[in-house]
Amino acid sequence: MSDIKYTSDHEWMKIEGNTAWIGITTYARHALGDLVYLELPENGRSLKKGDNFAVVESVKAASEIYTPVSGKIVAVNDALSDNLEDLKEDLDKGWIIKIEMSDAAEAQGLMDATSYKKYTESLS
Amino acid sequence: MSLPPEKQAHPMKTTPLHAQHLALNAKMAEFAGYDMPIQYPLGVLGEHNWTREKCGVFDVSHMGQIWLEGAGAAALWEHLTPSAISKLGHGVAKYSVLTNEEGGMVDDLIITRLSEDKFFAVINAGCKDKDIGWIKSHLPDDAKLTIHDDRALIAIQGPLSEKIVRETLNIDCSNLGYMRYFEHGPHWISRLGYTGEDGFEISIPQDIAAQIWGKLLQHSDVKPVGLAARDSLRLEMGYPLYGHDIDATTSPLEADLGWIMGKDKTGYIGYDAIKNHMGGKALRKRVGVRLTDKGIAREGAEIFTLSGEKLGDLTSGGFSPTLSEAIGQGYINPHKANIGDDVLVRVRGRDIKGVLTALPFVKPKTKATPKQKSA
Repeated sequence: MSDIKYTSDHEWMKIEGNTAWIGITTYARHALGDLVYLELPENGRSLKKGDNFAVVESVKAASEIYTPVSGKIVAVNDALSDNLEDLKEDLDKGWIIKIEMSDAAEAQGLMDATSYKKYTESLS
Repeated sequence: MSLPPEKQAHPMKTTPLHAQHLALNAKMAEFAGYDMPIQYPLGVLGEHNWTREKCGVFDVSHMGQIWLEGAGAAALWEHLTPSAISKLGHGVAKYSVLTNEEGGMVDDLIITRLSEDKFFAVINAGCKDKDIGWIKSHLPDDAKLTIHDDRALIAIQGPLSEKIVRETLNIDCSNLGYMRYFEHGPHWISRLGYTGEDGFEISIPQDIAAQIWGKLLQHSDVKPVGLAARDSLRLEMGYPLYGHDIDATTSPLEADLGWIMGKDKTGYIGYDAIKNHMGGKALRKRVGVRLTDKGIAREGAEIFTLSGEKLGDLTSGGFSPTLSEAIGQGYINPHKANIGDDVLVRVRGRDIKGVLTALPFVKPKTKATPKQKSA
């Protein structure tokens, strides 16, 4: 059974045990507009909570993507580079990295789907 | 992740078409103190391509519109710019710059000669107050400056523009050449723009702006286009954006704008500084950069030779929808590199391969300039 968490910076995270898949939400996707490039990290890189691990470029601007948890990248979704339309809340195709968490407790303060929906509604 | 800001806390100025942008569900943001449409629901790629293929309309009412008139008007332009404005025919528009004492640029602008002693000019929104102060500080007794802040400005750009203006506004522009101007009732119509496409900028009194905008948008070949696509369209043309690609510290020769300068012209503000850049002596030159590897480089990215020697910095950059690759413009040392040279552009610590490219990146499709001067 997996658990989906959300950050106030519009990342989603699917958690199974100590493993997490991280992507960006559909809300973020819409805010960015037309995407033209995704800069992916190296597999195996160690990240601290809050680190910028990828950059997505729209026609207008570059936006950094941050990890909500610390750990080591164990997989990178290279297929996304050529399929930028999948970069959204798609748990199968839209994840950017898979991370082995070093401190699963870091995920506890994040929002669930209901809280995140309320949060995005408060932004518009 | 870091998203672009949604809202501004401080009050912003608005154009006469502000309510229209909100009704069209535009994404709004601040530009030069104005709450402006950045993009409409079609999105920046769609708006860009629509302008290249059909016709896009842009609210550019934030820009400044001025008249300079009187017996001393032509001589004042001759003093303020490096261009031969006094040689312009009536109804002819010219791109130029206001130079400062150091040879840098106060602003770039379009100056149109309406008659012997009367000129219309369109200046950048972000430079309005500065330009007006600058012109006033040099204004002789025999010239008068009028600020038309009661007028809107709509740009109509794309290959179908002439047809759209005829079918929606019932104005025939078929005899109007590129960089030419004529008046039709309250409409001040110039055949020019900032996209490289055929098109017009139409100045109108603000109280009929919404009506004109509405008529244009009723046409099935017309879409509204925001400032984001305006930027990608001008970048493909290699047009400089004031405050980014040119500013108070760049001379027209460094900026590769030698073509705006009057032949053998001397004595204008900044001439003594600018003449030191003549004959290829400038130490930096504005050029295009095309990325040949994946990535996007933006303003501030450093440019290096393949052996790691720094050449300069990008002053603007982004994705070209027409070419489907990353492009930019910046300044390099022309004594160390030339057009055609391979370079490296550093983006977040990563070096991306690129090549120095002559501007424009995309061939302009503006209408031919008439050989005869207007009457």
